Amino acid sequence: MLKQKTFFRTNKKGDILKVVREHYLREDIWCGSRACGVCKAKDNEKVLDAKPKSKSAAVGEDHYIFLDTNAILDQIDALEDPHLTNLVILQTVMEEVKHRSSAAYKRLHEVTLDKSRKCYVFVNEHRFETFVERKQGETTNDRNDRAIRVAALWYQNHLHIKSVLLTDDAENRRKAQEMGLIAKPLSEYAEGTDSPTLCERLSSKRWGELRDEDQTKAYTPHLPMSAIQAGIKAGKLFKGPYFASRDNCLEATVKLDKRDVLLQGKASLNRAIDGDTVVVEILPESEWKAPSNLVVTSEDTDDVLEDASAEKQPTGRVVGIINRKFQQFCGILQVSPVAGHTRHLFVPAKRHIPKIRIETRQSERLADQRIVVAIDGWPVESKYPQGHFVRALGKIGDQETENEVLLLEHDIPCYKFSEAVLADLPDNDWTISDEELAKRQNLKNIVICSVDPPGCTDIDDALHCFELPNGNYEAGVHIADVSHFIRPGTNIDKEAAHRATTVYLTDQRIDMVPDLLSSNLCSLRGGEERLAFSCVWELSPQAEIISTRYHKSVIKSAAALTYGEAQAKIEDDTDQTAVATSLRCLYKLAKILKQRRIDNGALTLASPEIRFRIDPKTKEPLEVVAKPLLGTMSMVEEFMLLANVSVAEKILLEFPECALLRRHPEPPPMNFDPLIKAAGHQGFNIDASTGKNLSLSLDNAVKENDPYFNTMLRILTTRCMQQALYFSSGMTQKEMFFHYGLAAPIYTHFTSPIRRYSDVIVHRLLAACIGADVTYSDLLDKRKTDDLCGNLNYRKRMAQYAARASVMLHTHLFFRNKTELEEGYILFVKKNALQILIPKYGLEGTVILSSKDKNKPSPFEYNSDNHTQSAGDVVFHSFDRVVVQMSLDRSNVQHEKLQLKLVEPEVPGFSITTEGELVPAVEDTCG
Amino acid sequence: MLFVFLKRNELELNDALFLQSTGTCCRKPNELRIVRCKLGAVPHADGSSYLELGNTKVLVSVFGPYEVRSNHRSKIMSESAFINCQYSMAPFSKQDRRTPRPRDKKNMEMTINLHQALKSVIRAELLPRTQIDVMVEVLTADGGNYCAALNASTLALIDAGVPLREYVIACTASLAKGEVPMVDISHLEETLGGPCLTVAMLPTSKQIAFTEMSQRFHVDHLEKVMATAQKGCEDMYKIINNAVRLYFKEIGFPNNFGQE
Ligand SMILES: [Zn+2]
Repeated sequence: MLKQKTFFRTNKKGDILKVVREHYLREDIWCGSRACGVCKAKDNEKVLDAKPKSKSAAVGEDHYIFLDTNAILDQIDALEDPHLTNLVILQTVMEEVKHRSSAAYKRLHEVTLDKSRKCYVFVNEHRFETFVERKQGETTNDRNDRAIRVAALWYQNHLHIKSVLLTDDAENRRKAQEMGLIAKPLSEYAEGTDSPTLCERLSSKRWGELRDEDQTKAYTPHLPMSAIQAGIKAGKLFKGPYFASRDNCLEATVKLDKRDVLLQGKASLNRAIDGDTVVVEILPESEWKAPSNLVVTSEDTDDVLEDASAEKQPTGRVVGIINRKFQQFCGILQVSPVAGHTRHLFVPAKRHIPKIRIETRQSERLADQRIVVAIDGWPVESKYPQGHFVRALGKIGDQETENEVLLLEHDIPCYKFSEAVLADLPDNDWTISDEELAKRQNLKNIVICSVDPPGCTDIDDALHCFELPNGNYEAGVHIADVSHFIRPGTNIDKEAAHRATTVYLTDQRIDMVPDLLSSNLCSLRGGEERLAFSCVWELSPQAEIISTRYHKSVIKSAAALTYGEAQAKIEDDTDQTAVATSLRCLYKLAKILKQRRIDNGALTLASPEIRFRIDPKTKEPLEVVAKPLLGTMSMVEEFMLLANVSVAEKILLEFPECALLRRHPEPPPMNFDPLIKAAGHQGFNIDASTGKNLSLSLDNAVKENDPYFNTMLRILTTRCMQQALYFSSGMTQKEMFFHYGLAAPIYTHFTSPIRRYSDVIVHRLLAACIGADVTYSDLLDKRKTDDLCGNLNYRKRMAQYAARASVMLHTHLFFRNKTELEEGYILFVKKNALQILIPKYGLEGTVILSSKDKNKPSPFEYNSDNHTQSAGDVVFHSFDRVVVQMSLDRSNVQHEKLQLKLVEPEVPGFSITTEGELVPAVEDTCG
Repeated sequence: MLFVFLKRNELELNDALFLQSTGTCCRKPNELRIVRCKLGAVPHADGSSYLELGNTKVLVSVFGPYEVRSNHRSKIMSESAFINCQYSMAPFSKQDRRTPRPRDKKNMEMTINLHQALKSVIRAELLPRTQIDVMVEVLTADGGNYCAALNASTLALIDAGVPLREYVIACTASLAKGEVPMVDISHLEETLGGPCLTVAMLPTSKQIAFTEMSQRFHVDHLEKVMATAQKGCEDMYKIINNAVRLYFKEIGFPNNFGQE
């Protein structure tokens, strides 16, 4: 039966549009129950039990559970608890959930797919009997509620099994009971069950009155949606994403199209949480301020200090929240001091997230655990947002727990590979078939070797080079042919695309592809025949490219060397083996290539990198080793860059619309301001107008007596940079393809397909270019590629953050029982703090410049003109050398902090002698 | 009024979820929209038909074959009939009201496409020095306008008694979610994106009279989408053939056509 929906709506221009939609009502939509003898559903479609036993004391009879939209949105965590089974999710509800929150919809969808949950999606809107037409004057919400009741009633009559409607809406419950249904609030139902976790996961929305200690009058109610929309239309209110400041919990910015709006103080923040989309009102220009330049970590104060020196920014206040980014947070429980209280404060590990009030009866058990909590909402009169417990991760401070926290916080998929993925792998004893061999160039007799860091098991590149009779050189880069094993559309391909990158943590590696590929079949190990994708150049002695060939090949690496071994071979003149001569050729050419690149304006940047030597048994860090810098590293890098650039040119030529490339946007000039200022105080002029000038001025900024000065400048320069991004060539303007850091007009990633999915795609594109493989539709779809790039960029960023956090975690473990004096350099001078870089550990810490005793004034005076702090005759500039004492402050179990205490230069009443009185409150900001 | 319904297949659970996620109106990917049609809808025309394809509604009138008027002498092909097609959209046929323009590019293109398909079935060589007018008016446009227009034209030509080789039937197909082929695309589905393939075929001899793609297809998908469109044509043929037989059963026909 066909139902026609005709409705009129106005479009943006104000024209009236007639919309006619078809709506089919059918009789062949089944109920999905095993108890049913009428419906002609197949057995595997019957997911609901024939005798759904009641699991809650709230309902005596057997029943199926129906939920309304709000119950699902509010209680999605409880719904995910495996205790609730035999659920019927109605299409009406599904669509409303989808419309209101895509995150909740995704999770609901997962629940419906889980076989053990016995959850059936009933397409009630298209079933003849359960379709409900909107009555005159009825709101959409009322109509949907009625549709839910009608469908529940239909089930009850159809199957003669009770339908239980779980809803927190009293009116809805009353109407349902009138119709002969059982209706309960979800909380009442959950409390009747014997599941310990279900109740804990209930949303806090059912809480009644707030306790006195939670009450506050700091916040103003948000404007109603209609006022917000009118305000935006009138240009008085502005919508944008909300970013909480990492250093100052009373400060945030809202990014608008044209400018950023600064929010200061609790009242202005008005209950927004990092990641939300908010609507702000901009304050009059007389109230505009500069960011405070202060480090504030306690929520209890509310004095916003102004920094007069910096430029003023528009300020504003939040008047509404359009979209809450409801996420889960890791953290710890701050158990209520009152015995027997069930409401406790939860302290998130991320500092820019406020504390959350949750209810739990297991506070004693959870007190020393890392737990995960979700926010439900933030009532206007409440001091804290309200949330509920989701799960516990493990004991605080355990390396395993902390690692899990780290992975969770960075959204890194670290579960085991599923059976379906492993089924796509080749056999363990896979060898190269003759058929495959015939299709490829046989390079087994060419001397190829790989050069990698020590202990590397996923070797994805190998090199060769020799002199040709005409005096030119043939150089080749051979990359593991991962796309041979990972075919488009397979489970393993989807999984790899989802993971996007291998994540390297200090003590573990989370692979993008299963071990068999990453450490064996795709790893170009010495002495084993492997499939490769080769990029071979003829280079003149001046390292100019004369010709480039790409082909799939079979190689047999002569040796898998470490950087150190390769370096030794090059330097050892007596070593005249083929491997050594080949390395020497590569080394020579790489030097020329590098020089040319630098002449073109490529930047050499520095970031402090260290490595831990880890006890293989206890996994505890034993000592810190700085990563050595060897010439062979830059040799490999040069050839990888060359290969990437060559491949980028090739795929862009063949697929101008859908090539996957990587760009690095030029940073806006104002990004360089701190660098230019800091260098200026030291008497150096940094010209950041172009990459080339920047590179030159960095080279010239050398202090004879201070070799670390230049490195510091380069570290600062790295901070000014923007993130490099993957993109689809068809979705981006040509002018934006440029890679600023490498000074390359186009660039891509080709050389590490084992650990980056972008390279897999590039391999497929290149294979299609040379006719070695066929294309498939998603590969040629620029939008799909662009979506993929979004994920790749996100995962890459998260992997970087996770790696940094992992180093930090191990630094903390390392300092647990140690106190050390270390040399450091002042990176920034802030109004109330010094930010200090410790080269040995590659970490940064802050020394807050105030006396611990609040009554005493700080001995420091801040000079905002040249950014210095002075106390007596001691003046602190950026780049000054200091000596600090490092130790671990474990007073806050959640945030173990590295404490830095000033030792040198001596400031009376502030600095410490190594045994003396400890005064300053110090903490690091890297965590 | 004469209505013909396609018998709908039974819906499977997975399809239910699928349909919901593609935002369609609860039609299976292989189901046509409901087809309703009527022959002889315009009394003063020599042959006419009214056809609904879901919400797409088309009225076709055929005039002729008649002797070519003197002012069109130049067009006369002495050997065969001159087929004069005209496709137009009613001002109220689309979402927004539009005043029709005489030389609308879109309409002209449709006219040419219709002409191409009709030319392949009309036995013009039997009717030298004559003209046949096929006037197509789209009353409501909701996707598959060409298909509705061509199918209705076939009906109207049959009603007018114009000699045809066989029926010519058109149908569209597209890809849902980039992988599942689906037939008979509505306007909503068109706007959801994805390329749309239109095929006009002669169902008995399985010849293809016309094809058009709205966007590029990847060659991997073309085959199955083509097969889906052809299957759609065959299903559509059954409905239309049935309608013709029922119509002639009702009004009577010299050779007992439709009576057997
Ligand atoms: Zn049933």
